[in-house]
Amino acid sequence: MVPAASFYAMHCEGREGMKELQYDVLVIGAGAAGLAAALEVSRNNASCALVERESHLGGILIQCIHNGFGLEEYKEELTGPEFAERQIQAVRAADVDVFTDTTVTQLNAENDRKEAYCYSAVYGVLRISARAVILAMGCRERNRGNIRTPGTRPAGVYTAGLAQRLVNIEGYIPGKDVVIVGSGDIGLIMARRMTWVGAKVHAVIEIQPYPSGLTRNIVQCLNDFEIPLYLSHVVSRIEGKHRVEKVQVSPLTHGIPDDENSFEIQCDTLLLSVGLIPENELSKEAGVEINSQTNGALVDATMMTSIDGVFSCGNVLHVHDLADWVAEEARRAGAYAVGYLRNERPKRQMRIKAGANVRYINPAMFDPDNPDKLYFRSLIVKNQAKLQIKLDHKPVKELRLSHVQPSEMLHVNLKPKDVAGWNIMKDSVLEVSIE
Amino acid sequence: MASTDAAALRVDVAIVGAGLSGSCIARQLSAYKLDVVLLDKECDVSMGVSRANSGIVHGGFHHNLKYLKSRLEIRGNLMYDRLQRELDFPFKRCGILVAALNDEEMKYIDHLYTQGVENGAIGIEMCSRERMFELEPKLNPDCVGGLHAPGGGVLEPYRFVFSVVESAQKNGVEVVTGFEVVHAERAGERYRIHAADGRQMEARYVVNAAGLFADRVSEIFGAEEFQIIPRKGEYFLLDRATEAAPQRVLFPVPTKVSKGMLVIPTVEGTVLIGPTAQEIEDKEDLSTNTDQLNLILDQARKMVPKVSQTDVITAFSGLRPALADGDFYIDISAKAPNFIQVAGIQSPGLTAAPAIGEYVKDLVKKAGCSLVEKAEWDPYVSKLPRIRDLGPYEADNLVNANPAYGNVVCRCEEISEAEIVEAIHRGHTTLDGIKYFTRAGMGRCQGGFCSYKIIKLLIRETGISYKDIQKCGAGSELLRDAL
Amino acid sequence: MSQQEPIREMICISCPLGCHLSLYKDENDELSVTGNKCKRGVVYAEEEYYAPKRVVTCTCPAESEVLPRLPVRTNTSLPKEHIDALLRAAYALTLTPPVACGQVLIEDFEGTGVNLIASMSLGAEH
Repeated sequence: MVPAASFYAMHCEGREGMKELQYDVLVIGAGAAGLAAALEVSRNNASCALVERESHLGGILIQCIHNGFGLEEYKEELTGPEFAERQIQAVRAADVDVFTDTTVTQLNAENDRKEAYCYSAVYGVLRISARAVILAMGCRERNRGNIRTPGTRPAGVYTAGLAQRLVNIEGYIPGKDVVIVGSGDIGLIMARRMTWVGAKVHAVIEIQPYPSGLTRNIVQCLNDFEIPLYLSHVVSRIEGKHRVEKVQVSPLTHGIPDDENSFEIQCDTLLLSVGLIPENELSKEAGVEINSQTNGALVDATMMTSIDGVFSCGNVLHVHDLADWVAEEARRAGAYAVGYLRNERPKRQMRIKAGANVRYINPAMFDPDNPDKLYFRSLIVKNQAKLQIKLDHKPVKELRLSHVQPSEMLHVNLKPKDVAGWNIMKDSVLEVSIE
Repeated sequence: MASTDAAALRVDVAIVGAGLSGSCIARQLSAYKLDVVLLDKECDVSMGVSRANSGIVHGGFHHNLKYLKSRLEIRGNLMYDRLQRELDFPFKRCGILVAALNDEEMKYIDHLYTQGVENGAIGIEMCSRERMFELEPKLNPDCVGGLHAPGGGVLEPYRFVFSVVESAQKNGVEVVTGFEVVHAERAGERYRIHAADGRQMEARYVVNAAGLFADRVSEIFGAEEFQIIPRKGEYFLLDRATEAAPQRVLFPVPTKVSKGMLVIPTVEGTVLIGPTAQEIEDKEDLSTNTDQLNLILDQARKMVPKVSQTDVITAFSGLRPALADGDFYIDISAKAPNFIQVAGIQSPGLTAAPAIGEYVKDLVKKAGCSLVEKAEWDPYVSKLPRIRDLGPYEADNLVNANPAYGNVVCRCEEISEAEIVEAIHRGHTTLDGIKYFTRAGMGRCQGGFCSYKIIKLLIRETGISYKDIQKCGAGSELLRDAL
Repeated sequence: MSQQEPIREMICISCPLGCHLSLYKDENDELSVTGNKCKRGVVYAEEEYYAPKRVVTCTCPAESEVLPRLPVRTNTSLPKEHIDALLRAAYALTLTPPVACGQVLIEDFEGTGVNLIASMSLGAEH
């Protein structure tokens, strides 16, 4: 890693006009995705700038102090900070220019050389230009407004990730009597964490009829502490003048909160773990086409978005369950970005379509001359499901999936031999479905 | 808000309520050789009625001139351009459209047009269907025509109040927050005013601009009896990226109770839809309710079909402090000496506020207070740079002068550390105060990413304990404990 | 035996499948398990029945302006009954940089053989 400050001194200091730096590849965001992508770019001998708005590298991994990371990437069970530290050490050893505390506010991507305007207290406003850009900005949490929970607007309503940051990094305890909305893994992990810092977690409220998080987290984060999980329930009202005083919880009947069977829980804190949204505002302003199912970019078999030379990976592309898969996906994006610089592009690609019971599939294109890993999500809950891949309505591959549910991302490896021997036409379509 | 702690202040004029009306009155009076104090019960100014409303400078066609509110609306509207030059608050005359969805409604448009012309609303125009779609392509295709009032505009009410108060303070007005008036008695030629926390002050003249609580304050001073009826309005705020953003403020044809539910392109680029109109009893009930919120989406879609619930970033409600006759009540009290009533300031209160300031200044004079102009009165406040308004070159210069402008704290609204620190130094020391002053936390993530950074800045700049960091005033502490 | 009531029911957390396990005891006090789809279910059930253990992750105060808390964890699963004491011990520690990731902070906690280790490095420059 070249310290960005010295690079900056060499190229910019004392110059008139906009400070400008040039690279082969610019990676925006230094979480699990950005770190893996930048490392791969550097390994392939292209010059790389990695821009991160926080003062630390590792993104959200740093506050995920629980274990469960790294089983695929490092073949051992690590915590988030340990996972990040391994990535960071690799990037430090590599030839990557790292800019922390630097926010990209604008991306102009229509020309061959892309330009990003970066704001920093140290460097002022920088213009970083690069031939390829990898978007790795991650995601943000859905909040109270997004789920439109009615009631008063007191202090004490936090997204789970903000609470996690406050507790794990800053060392503050936001509240003592907690109700958690959403049984996704972040919500479950926070139930245990809040208990372990001395708070009482009264309940976890889940709108779906099944838990959204991993079963092992239900056991070790809720059952261990006898925290009740209410499935098919919603928090239908928040009450409290200055600080949360109680919430109203309602069972859902035919999808509608049933007022008659509602009950109240006294609490001073409500944590929301109600989903994540890829943070693509920068991408959208740059003109990147977005997939309405994922809220991430539409990418081809090389992770390239609708704009030539702009790639996307990790949670900004689609929200993952595992940091390991984020890193794997980002490595591919890094390699493909370098391939793009060298004019190594697929000779042909075919469209991949989400078929029956599949919410989305990423990427949206397949290169029949290259193996690829497809990530997808189910629309149904089922044990012993069957995955079917059809090429122009003809089955080419079938797999058994022991268990599928919408909250668990699935993947399948697709190889050239899977479609070899079939007549591939310009408008051929691969359809992935679950039965 | 930078607040005076003086326990036993003696002033010429005390204004109760630091909302739109109170602050405009204070600024008008700051031009004269008077000791003026602006009191508010909340932790910051503009935290009552003026915190949550539509933020519309109206076009002068909704009300008949027989109403005081209509006369003040016309006058107030005309005062905004100069105020913007002096006070540096975001304001845009984007214009207003009233859309008729059938021929029956078109008849009412006819009435509004005639009324607007009689009121002297500048540039008001009857529009054909074609003209409406030329002005606003996103309108419901059922629109048959409507009214265009180019003089209407949008601003952020709290941001306007902050600027007005700053100007008033610069010219000598004392601001005392957290001062809830609970008792008053005559002490010679003065009123002795008591706050809930035991503080006292004395004033020769008192202006009652207490919004929802004007009835209570009137009673405390032994003045007229009346009743303020809170009428709740709920809103949804939509992400600035919404495809539903119109060019102009879109009104439906008004109903008997309100001007109807609007689609408002806010001056800061987000979109506001609402408000509902519901009479309630509790003056502190700012809750939102599912049925009302569903109504907003339905009604807003009648104006702009592209309104989508996935664009919603937050919901909130405000209360209109209405009197039974629907008009403003601004007059010298006939019962309490040297007491001026400024009550019932509901819509178009924001539009009228500058004119209310002027009008009440004259009432203070009429009540016997001598107004001698100050030579040194300065109508201008210092401009506060915001990086979101600047291009990269200008921003770079700013960062060179003060590196904290380069640290983007609120990513959604692009607010820098320097802007937040400035807000704190100007006395906005709660999360809401900072949010309303700078917009940090007002965007799509609603503070999910920047809250902890702002908490840290607050601790660094003020030295207060983490335990005392509040969302908005006592009782709203954010952090219960530390590890 | 099939008539017998299970002595415990639990969900296996060895993998994401989450098998619902039923535990039975015969007259010799031997444990048997049903409901598992693989052998790991039996191992999990026995451990969870006789000596449940968990990996503990939390933070310790650090004497650093950059990072007020340092993430820590147990190097392996800790018997459940020691968790509260371990949390108290961790919160009571104060770490002075430099601390290396993996560095042992508390050795053989309460004779369990389990160590508390740093799960992030905190350099001297912090």
